[in-house]
Amino acid sequence: MREADLVILGAGPAGMAAARTAAEAGLSVVLLDEQPRAGGQIYRDVERAGERRAEILGADYLKGAELVSDLPHPNIRHLAGANAWQVEEGRRVAFTLDGEAELIEGRRLLIATGALERPMPIPGWTLPGVMTAGAAQILLKQSGIVCEGAVLAGSGPLLYLVAAQMCRAGTPPLALVETQTFSDRLAALRHVGGALRGWQALAKGLGLLAELRRAGVRRYTSASELAVEGGSQAQALSFAAGGRTHRIDCSTVLLHHGVVPNTQAARSIGVPHRWDEAQRAFLPERDPWGRAAGLETVFIAGDGSGIGGAGAAALAGRLAALAIACDLGRLSAGERDRAARPLQAALARELAVRPFLDRAYPPFAGALLPGDDTLVCRCEEVTAGDIRRYASIGCLGPNQTKAFGRVGMGPCQGRYCGLTVTELLADANGRSQDETGYYRIRPPLKPVTLGELAALAASQSKETVE
Amino acid sequence: MKTASTFRDLDPEGPRVRVRFSGRDLMLREGGNLAAELLAAGVTPFRRTPVSGAPRAPFCMMGACFDCLVEIDGVTRQACLCEVGAGMEIAMPAAGRDGDA
Amino acid sequence: MDSDYAIIGGGVVGLSVAWGLLGRGRSVTVIDGDDGSFRASRGNFGLVWVQSKGMNQPRYASWSQGSAAAWRGFADELREGTGEDPALQQNGGYDFHFSEETLAETVARYEVLKAKLGGNYPYEVLGHNELRMEEPAIGPKVVGAILHQQDGHANPLKLLRALAADVRRRGGRVLNGKTVRSVTRNDVFRIECTDGTIVEAARTVLSAGLGSAVLGPKMGFRAPIRPQRGQVLITEKLPKVFKRPSLITRQVDEGGVQIGATNEEVGHNDTVTVEGMAGLAAQAIAAYPMLAKAQLVRSWGALRVLSPDGLPIYQQSREMPGAYLVTCHSGVTLAAAHARFLPDWLEGTAQAPDLEVFSEDRFDLS
Repeated sequence: MREADLVILGAGPAGMAAARTAAEAGLSVVLLDEQPRAGGQIYRDVERAGERRAEILGADYLKGAELVSDLPHPNIRHLAGANAWQVEEGRRVAFTLDGEAELIEGRRLLIATGALERPMPIPGWTLPGVMTAGAAQILLKQSGIVCEGAVLAGSGPLLYLVAAQMCRAGTPPLALVETQTFSDRLAALRHVGGALRGWQALAKGLGLLAELRRAGVRRYTSASELAVEGGSQAQALSFAAGGRTHRIDCSTVLLHHGVVPNTQAARSIGVPHRWDEAQRAFLPERDPWGRAAGLETVFIAGDGSGIGGAGAAALAGRLAALAIACDLGRLSAGERDRAARPLQAALARELAVRPFLDRAYPPFAGALLPGDDTLVCRCEEVTAGDIRRYASIGCLGPNQTKAFGRVGMGPCQGRYCGLTVTELLADANGRSQDETGYYRIRPPLKPVTLGELAALAASQSKETVE
Repeated sequence: MKTASTFRDLDPEGPRVRVRFSGRDLMLREGGNLAAELLAAGVTPFRRTPVSGAPRAPFCMMGACFDCLVEIDGVTRQACLCEVGAGMEIAMPAAGRDGDA
Repeated sequence: MDSDYAIIGGGVVGLSVAWGLLGRGRSVTVIDGDDGSFRASRGNFGLVWVQSKGMNQPRYASWSQGSAAAWRGFADELREGTGEDPALQQNGGYDFHFSEETLAETVARYEVLKAKLGGNYPYEVLGHNELRMEEPAIGPKVVGAILHQQDGHANPLKLLRALAADVRRRGGRVLNGKTVRSVTRNDVFRIECTDGTIVEAARTVLSAGLGSAVLGPKMGFRAPIRPQRGQVLITEKLPKVFKRPSLITRQVDEGGVQIGATNEEVGHNDTVTVEGMAGLAAQAIAAYPMLAKAQLVRSWGALRVLSPDGLPIYQQSREMPGAYLVTCHSGVTLAAAHARFLPDWLEGTAQAPDLEVFSEDRFDLS
């Protein structure tokens, strides 16, 4: 079994920044990530972006290059392509690397598993040709592949960015179909606190929108009744907007209505989570350093603890690393606090814009409580109507619906149905999301072959014999 | 399986290797992301679901949704987490191929 | 008064009893826990099983046999009522052996039991080659198997769902999300829940799984029940590969291969461990080497509801006549017995099965 002072799950901005800070404080760090190169989703393959891709993707993306180039350090072991499938007792991690299962034990564990796109169940969202907007961006970042003749639909600033990047790549989307309304925007602008940052974000958004206008991208707002049509492949997006229905022929539909914390690893070890109405998602409970409630050795940083964006994630990662270095005697409390102060101030500035964004780009209501025929669980093909029926025969929470209808039992482990099921049950039973709860997440966090698992049994008994 | 790809490669240079997908030979960029390269080659769907036989193709491209599952050397893998290697034998996962599971 | 019967516990055991009572015209209120309760009904292996049961108590073997025989009719009736098929398959099941010695020992014990059961114990021993004719995927380490004709399996989750739906359809009242605080009896039973809900009934059945260990003593039962953890694995869906279930592997009707189970005395801890999972995986691969390439997609730990001798407890309270303790570890196998035969015992009819050996009195000796 391997050992380290600090084991980090996820090599995105939070994980990379934490690794560097911890290493500089003298801790041995092992950084596990399932991608072949560091960067996470936001900075995917940033070290390999050529001039052309850099031009298309823009300055915010290139900021990640510094974090990646900071990663090589004698105290950091980056295990790329490692699939972490179990966390035990807050410190031991089981993972598979190059087809072999291994265990590693850290004196501290940092969960930096980032965000997932909020599930957007609309009719037809499982058809080939329907992807998340983030998926399109990943195709571009990692592979230099762009979608031709796509329609983007949903809400949030990422849609503008992806659309603008597609325009720069010479493959502008056919249309941008937005679900947020003008009154959402007005309400957001009145939002106290983050107004200034809000205007800056808005200005950035306006710049992107100007780019889209120049490229001739059609734009619809306050859209509802979104549905993807098609038999074996997406063929069109239909929706209602401006008092009439529209239908745009397209074989690629890119959906997005915000991102939510990926809480699988934290939940699997029993970190308590609480519903956050502004982010409309569950967030793990932590102290200001990122230490998980009730778990002394576990920290959570970055979007996995609440959506704050890449800048905030890196800062939170550094703060957690300082606290961990202090825990393990590498920094005094005074040194930790001194080093933390500027980071905390910068973090507060980064987060100031969130209330504005959350209010300006709310999730698409029609996908929070989808119609009865819409598939909610992509893996087991369970519909919203099924969930409502299970509520009518006594299901108060997602674990009973999982038993009743297999929803959340597939390989994605509920990542793309969990929040929808909670919302549907809460609505059907007239209870809060907190009362309704979430899936009990069990290993494996990602599938592992029985052969890989069994080899672990053999190697462990060998260790005992020796 | 359609071949008219709606995905365009901005930089189609670089060495390519032969792989097989469901009995069809494809020339894909060596070391490229398997899901991305299959999409660019016009492959769709990647699989059929074991529940209803519905066609599926990559959705999230970040290892979370499992809709890009393919079978490589008899093991089900997420194509978006694999790199293209010469001579890869790729098939649709057995479960659901004939709607028999 | 709310109903003839109040049933505390809405798992497979409680719902099976409720369903049977409703079928004979009794009014029933079921009081069920919440989403996070320990629920053996959500975690069990799904066998409808006879072999190896009651080796030291033939009545348990025959009680299991009676239930297995009644299961088909029970499943059909549930399906007719709800459209939900619990996917019962009764083509026999295996006990695999990895050594000639254990196989011979087990056969010797089965012969003793068979004699006590008057010969009703239809099993055969398959050598490796015969077994391979039945299960081509079997591995070379399996020297043979005992194939018992009365064994089978079902989908326990579909059973749970069908019962939940049909109990309601039959007019049962089900209260979910409740925790029972106290049970008192004057003229009628009065059951008070922590949220203030009160249920009154002429009789009450305690079938709350591990919860019965807490409530039982307040109702005059000994209820010597303890949790025993079983870890279970399930693979991705595979094409149909196995003909019959075994004690360690079965292919569920949806396609996944289920692998079980550990037996661990760890109190109320239902987590899964790397060691537990790895051991189960190794054992499954020893039986079926092709499983080495299968992806594990889920695992869980569930807590068995065990009495000291592993047998069910059926007991009427002496302190509170009209209160009955019904608890067992094989809720799926015994579901048909609980639905079809137990109501006669509760009602004290002439057809009541003899359940004397399952009384709590048996624990007085120790």
